[in-house]
Amino acid sequence: MTIPRIIGAGLVVIGAGIGIGRIGGSAMDAISRQPDASGKIQTAMLIAAALIEGIGFAALFAVSEN
Amino acid sequence: MVISRKPLQFFICTLMVCMSLINYANPLNDTVVASTQAHVEGTAHDEKEAESKDIKTEIKEFIDHHLKDSYDFNIFGYKNEAGEQVHIGFPLPVIIYDNGVQVFSSSKFHHGEETAEVNGNFYQLHHGKIYKVYSKDASLTLNEKHEPTNIKPLDFSITKNVFMIFVVALLMFLLFRSLAKSYAKNGNIAAGVGRIFEPIVLYVRDEIAIPNIGERHYKKYMSYLLTIFFFVWFLNIFGLTPFGINVTGNIAVTACLALLTFLITTFTAKKDYWGHIFWMPGVPVPMKIILAPIELLGVFIKPFALMIRLYANIVAGHIVLMSLIGLMFIFKSWLGSSLSFVLSFAISMIEILVALLQAYIFTMLSALYFGSAVEEHHHEEAHH
Repeated sequence: MTIPRIIGAGLVVIGAGIGIGRIGGSAMDAISRQPDASGKIQTAMLIAAALIEGIGFAALFAVSEN
Repeated sequence: MVISRKPLQFFICTLMVCMSLINYANPLNDTVVASTQAHVEGTAHDEKEAESKDIKTEIKEFIDHHLKDSYDFNIFGYKNEAGEQVHIGFPLPVIIYDNGVQVFSSSKFHHGEETAEVNGNFYQLHHGKIYKVYSKDASLTLNEKHEPTNIKPLDFSITKNVFMIFVVALLMFLLFRSLAKSYAKNGNIAAGVGRIFEPIVLYVRDEIAIPNIGERHYKKYMSYLLTIFFFVWFLNIFGLTPFGINVTGNIAVTACLALLTFLITTFTAKKDYWGHIFWMPGVPVPMKIILAPIELLGVFIKPFALMIRLYANIVAGHIVLMSLIGLMFIFKSWLGSSLSFVLSFAISMIEILVALLQAYIFTMLSALYFGSAVEEHHHEEAHH
């Protein structure tokens, strides 16, 4: 594993982590403001998290050697 | 049926019972213990290094075997007392097209060790692929990268993945057929094994199909959405069993599912769909010209992302899970092995969630794309 690949993989994970973390944070805020909408908020949070994870994994596959 | 009225206690008890199975986690090669006691510190350390490298390559091979397709259904294998490898499983038919259709059982390969001879044609199995050789004792010609340069015949075999797709299709057919039939016999109330799927089917209809596709057109797509949802879910769950059944982790399978979604959106789309792609209404003309190629790319990238998302999630999950289980064998201490067992248990719980979540995401995004294909054109502005 060359150094640029390692750095690239790290950056991808940082990006995905920040993205999903922000979504989780706003979901928590929204649920605390309106607890009875928590079902819809959870669903939307999971969908957005899966989309971000999708590009995260795609980038990780592009960075890795296999 | 109530299993336990105190779920947390029950959970902890099962976990502790399973942990006692660590007693049976033997090191992969018993001679390590004997040799480290017989030698001096330095050589003992070297031996341990060499043995641990052996374990690491064994673990890598095991993970590779789990992730890849194979021509026989190998449940597990072990070395018996005579030192030979014993495999428990059954061979699957190999169907290739090379001078006519050749059908033979993959047991002729003897797990990759021998050349199969069929009607005067000889084939060898190398790293999971079939190559044609020209005599019984010939070996494959390898190029510089150690890849064989023999020709590969056209392969239509029933491999492990194809076999599992058939099994899941049969399972889905039986379950849902029994559910559908039970409505007729039982006065519009579901009964029998399929009962558990009724609320899930309603969920797919009410929360995935109708909000995304709309009341008028959702019925056309319901069968496809339900099939995709349960197909992906069941295959993901089957992949978590220790038998090495990794169907959704095969990019060909996810590519076909994404291709189906793409074909259905393309061929059931209304004119407004293409209008919106190439000439998006409600934006100024320079923007429309810039948006057109981006939207056209988007038409292809969206199913591509569907394929990659499912494939990468499942494969990454399997690799992490099996590496953690392999870590149990690398740490031969009580503390290390138990901690990796607990960690791999937690990760497998997450993987069960991921199995359902990925099925849900695939279905929901497919419904979203179908919805944009059959969207009614709202003549809001822009047509002056």
